[in-house]
Amino acid sequence: MEWFARLGRSTLQGLAGLGRAAYLLVGALVARPQLKNIPLTIRQMYVVGVQSLLIIIVSGAFIGMVLALQAYTVLVDYGAEESLGPMVALSLLRELGPVVTALLFAGRAGSALTAEIGLMKATEQLSSLEMMAVDPLRRIIAPRLWAGVISMPMLAIIFSAVGILGGQVVGVDWLGVDSGSYWSVMQAAVEFDEDIMNGVIKSLVFAFVVTWIAVFRGYDSVPTSEGISQATTQTVVYSSLAVLGLDFVLTALMFGTH
Amino acid sequence: MEDLVSVDNLTFSRGDRLIYQDISLRLRKGKTTAIMGPSGIGKTTLLKLIGGQLRPDSGDIRFKGESIPGMGRKRLFEVRRQMSMLFQSGALFTDISVFDNVAYPLREHTNLSEQLIRLLVLMKLQAVGLRGAAAMMPSELSGGMARRAALARAIALDPELIMYDEPFAGQDPISMGVLVKLIKELNDALSLTSVVVTHDVTEVMSIADYVYILADKQIIGEGTPEQIRSHQSPLVQQFLLGRADGPVPFHYPAENIAQQLLENY
Repeated sequence: MEWFARLGRSTLQGLAGLGRAAYLLVGALVARPQLKNIPLTIRQMYVVGVQSLLIIIVSGAFIGMVLALQAYTVLVDYGAEESLGPMVALSLLRELGPVVTALLFAGRAGSALTAEIGLMKATEQLSSLEMMAVDPLRRIIAPRLWAGVISMPMLAIIFSAVGILGGQVVGVDWLGVDSGSYWSVMQAAVEFDEDIMNGVIKSLVFAFVVTWIAVFRGYDSVPTSEGISQATTQTVVYSSLAVLGLDFVLTALMFGTH
Repeated sequence: MEDLVSVDNLTFSRGDRLIYQDISLRLRKGKTTAIMGPSGIGKTTLLKLIGGQLRPDSGDIRFKGESIPGMGRKRLFEVRRQMSMLFQSGALFTDISVFDNVAYPLREHTNLSEQLIRLLVLMKLQAVGLRGAAAMMPSELSGGMARRAALARAIALDPELIMYDEPFAGQDPISMGVLVKLIKELNDALSLTSVVVTHDVTEVMSIADYVYILADKQIIGEGTPEQIRSHQSPLVQQFLLGRADGPVPFHYPAENIAQQLLENY
């Protein structure tokens, strides 16, 4: 009987958490957008977007290089090394760009957002905003949420672009695939709507989910050092799982019908 | 005397734990009211209830005769502009300077020009003696200075009610003296209504007009500082004189020590 009670309790707690998360989202998004919040959002875009550039560019370059190296060893056996371009580009644009960017973003920016908001709660800054008749959902949560949603797709595009260049360095400059065929076969194979836009849509969905989890975990954290460390861990774990799970669903919807 | 805030038959519990049982108190306009009691009985909770951040289980809290738990969010935010709260930690925004912290409520709630805001901020900082620290970041301030900067921010919009949450906790004697003087002076000069939640008996008895003593979920004593000093209740006397043992026992309830020590032999 004990496990049954525990099952019920954790189900109820889970549902209550979902409710609080939805409440936070509605409070942050539905609220009348304020002009004052635009500079705050731009500032946050600098923090979560621009400051994530380094890790995104370095990871993108290496993933593109590894991808080209791995693909080449397989393709060359079939004399199909001119397919290296589309192979690298499609893997990045459809899958690796959005997914790896989201995972890196969760670790680099999501955890920082959670810790920052959790500490604001612990040091009573959120309460003091409330007492100043300023809604923390609008002033703290909304700018961070928007900044994440706007920044991550851009980061994903940069990731893919750098990865394709990395693939060129390994495939063309090192392994000797013909430069013309690397680029022109890629251009012929990659569709704007089918491949690039679907990647961007994926990335938008991941951006929304990861940032939402990050700000909610911070806002809902227990304001102690243990609580904040737990919330930060949860942000990374939950966002990663959500991204990988959603990736399957989105891929099935976008590319599964062929 | 008119009441700015009145709390009537308030009951509040957090989870399964009962915090207040049927308490009533009033904050008289223009006066300084002290709420004292041992740590950990939820004195801060009372301020959050008055500020409308928490809702009572039953009973009512009225600000200028208007029920706070009954207000919608919009009205509550309007009313909160007339009150302000000094948090124990100061709760300064750590990413902006002292000047910007004090300017924050002005920029948020008024359309004053930057020139005028600058004048107001400098005047508020002068009042707490920190005009020279305007450009500093909160992390560079000592604990006492941080609390004074937070006080300047709290009075930025000229509120009618100001709530102090443990203003003296962890302060050295000098900054304690400064804070006592400031609370007294601001109350008189700005004709504020102040409520001070604290367990520092001597400091607060010197500035309070009226004192409530909270313990054991209830108000166990109230009156002017003189009345409180000669209060009959042994609990009140233990608290005022800081005796280690009395109605509040030194030992947290436990089983018999002899039994517990011999248990494993």
